[in-house]
Amino acid sequence: MSVEQHIKLPEGSIEKTTTTLNLGPTHPATHGVFQNILELDGERIVSAEQTVGYIHRAFEKLAERRPLYQITTLTDRLNYCSSPINNMGWHLTCEKLLGVKTPKRVDYLRIIIMELSRISDHLICNSVVGVDSGAFTGFLYVMQYRELIYEIYEEVCGSRLTTNMGRIGGFERNFNNTAFEKIEKFLAEYPGVLKEFENMFTRNRIFMERTIGAGPISAERALNYGFTGPNLRAAGVDYDVRVHSPYSSYEDFEFDIPVGQTGDCYDRFLVRNQEMWQSLRIIKDAYRKVQEFKGAEAEVFHADAPAYYLPEKKDVYTKMEALIWHFKIVMGETEIPPGEVYYSVEGGNGELGFYLISDGGRTPYRLHFRRPCFIYYQAYSELTKGAMLSDAVIVMSSLNLIAGEMDA
Amino acid sequence: MALTNETIKDRLQAKFGDQLYGFEEPYGLLTFEAPKDLNLKVMQFLYDDEELRFQFLTDLCAVHYPDKAGRELAVVYHLHNLVDNVRIRFKVFTPVAQPDVFTATQLYSSANWMERETFDFYGVNFVGHPNLKRILNVDEMEYFPMRKEFPLEDQTRIDKDDAMFGRGPGGLKA
Amino acid sequence: MSRPVRFNIHPIKADIKDNISLANMPEGYTGEGFFATKLSSVVGLARKNSLWPMPFATSCCGIEFMATMASHYDLARFGAERLAFSPRQCDLLMVMGTIAKKMGPIVKQAYLQMAEPRWVMAVGACASSGGIFDTYSVLQGIDQVVPVDVYVPGCPPRPEAILDGFMRIQDLVGAEELRRRNSDQYKELLQSYGIQ
Repeated sequence: MSVEQHIKLPEGSIEKTTTTLNLGPTHPATHGVFQNILELDGERIVSAEQTVGYIHRAFEKLAERRPLYQITTLTDRLNYCSSPINNMGWHLTCEKLLGVKTPKRVDYLRIIIMELSRISDHLICNSVVGVDSGAFTGFLYVMQYRELIYEIYEEVCGSRLTTNMGRIGGFERNFNNTAFEKIEKFLAEYPGVLKEFENMFTRNRIFMERTIGAGPISAERALNYGFTGPNLRAAGVDYDVRVHSPYSSYEDFEFDIPVGQTGDCYDRFLVRNQEMWQSLRIIKDAYRKVQEFKGAEAEVFHADAPAYYLPEKKDVYTKMEALIWHFKIVMGETEIPPGEVYYSVEGGNGELGFYLISDGGRTPYRLHFRRPCFIYYQAYSELTKGAMLSDAVIVMSSLNLIAGEMDA
Repeated sequence: MALTNETIKDRLQAKFGDQLYGFEEPYGLLTFEAPKDLNLKVMQFLYDDEELRFQFLTDLCAVHYPDKAGRELAVVYHLHNLVDNVRIRFKVFTPVAQPDVFTATQLYSSANWMERETFDFYGVNFVGHPNLKRILNVDEMEYFPMRKEFPLEDQTRIDKDDAMFGRGPGGLKA
Repeated sequence: MSRPVRFNIHPIKADIKDNISLANMPEGYTGEGFFATKLSSVVGLARKNSLWPMPFATSCCGIEFMATMASHYDLARFGAERLAFSPRQCDLLMVMGTIAKKMGPIVKQAYLQMAEPRWVMAVGACASSGGIFDTYSVLQGIDQVVPVDVYVPGCPPRPEAILDGFMRIQDLVGAEELRRRNSDQYKELLQSYGIQ
């Protein structure tokens, strides 16, 4: 990527004009729909203009019409590569508004699921960076382990991708033995796979030459642009919501925050890989802690908040009070205190925030999602200034832009 | 000494006096209101002050209160001090007839798209914004969809059977 | 193969008969050294086992499509080995995910750029009918802009469902008459969408 390889023409010899290239909304399958209009001078990018909104689904307006439980299905579809994190972030926001405190076992189970979804999100991002630089094998290889993660979700909530997992106060059912067996299987087999995946890319000369120096950003500019998550950590700032404002008992776990230096694509790739190792560490710890609960404590899977937690199905079908409570909660007829709360969790892409204003009615008065992808995509034109066309694609995929989260 | 809400409130009141009002702490987050002409000055002060150092704009959004005459649109800023790990929220109110608010893009580059989104949804005109046009909706849309008076559903649909959705022939009911 | 990648807890023994499948012969009259059948059956047989899909993946269904394309629920075994990302080189437009009103003209444009014979599969609830998003900005089903052959319901549909939809498309392709694309009924269908 050296400048000397360009043909040097004498100044003013030919008239220089730029080509406009539309890197349009229909991307090759993996990325999602956003448009970049690039001005190219030969193969160098002079400027880039982004257009988003091709999948705007009006989540915030929809949320004003739905009681709290029905909004969980909307949050699934924000960052759909790691939907349990969004679901649990929403439930944590509701718990803060309603003043519900979850028991430790629930927190640890939530942590296992959230870290599994973080791994699945980073796997998509890193393998897609590989695909964009020409290496399809990594993608196929790690998709097998995403299938295992999907099987774990299925055991917990029944669905693979848009999970709608959990309730305000915990989970809808206890983790059964099959779920624990699958988690153990994951913990046993996945480290080997991640090691092979790293071996394929990390010291691979072609990959390094493609990604080192592509789309760097300094820490000050990243902070000014509102970056959070792995992209910010690759630029050198160790801000992680799990450590700064711990939620769901993250303070009981010890893990490192990997930090990069230049903030280019290579650093982002490495940071995500390291975060997957740290997530594995957290899952191992959390799994061990969950196994330590014995007897009656091992049956706890939700908080004691009958006003907000849907009663168990077997009670709903047999007892009258449970049926009435179920009806009232689902229809939103229970007391929601008025107030405004801003709560954030560490999503796959950074700080996913929920700003909820409730006026005491059935549905929120205003719900705003602080979506990390939307905020950091603005920096794309600065990241690709002067870069080559192929770098534009690599930068876009290494930023992990998920269209659902961008447009909401 | 950790930065507490009390300290922040004292410093703000020392600098701006009575112009800032409505100090509350819902769920532990210090919230206050400022007149809309001062929003940049308040943010600049929070940014530059050596003790306050609120140098990260977490979120910028708007809320529509149709019942408060003269103060219908509120623009809400969430700021974060990463070093001391303190958050703060402040709001500026503006009437819907003249929804002009100064832009924060000089100070925070992340405000660029957030303000475009707010303009797209609520029609808040950010004075001085480099590129204030619609971002998420189609460019030809003439109204501001998130305002409370506009419905959620697409009004041009002809295939929906209103009777099945609990709506009478007069249109939407609540 | 250093490690078997199968993670059912109770694995089944592999059987050679599960691993080989043959395309069925079309009906015809066979004799010594010859086989007579309809031209459309033969053409249909060839086409249906080598469809080139174009994945028009917008949202969550796109991730399920990625899972379908990956080795666990392989789409390549049905002949869809080459995923074309250019509409000019593909037969089947698979629209996966929510189509917003802003995106509608682009779906139409991609459809127009395809050459006949072309098929469209709407994967997921959002592409079929707008899904859970009954809002001002979402197109309530892509059949408002392009004619659709197969709708796959689900939110998102399981990979098995997407494969089932693909097999229905294969049935349609295999049974298509040769002159369908020139018939008046088809022309009328396209006219109703404003497509010449």
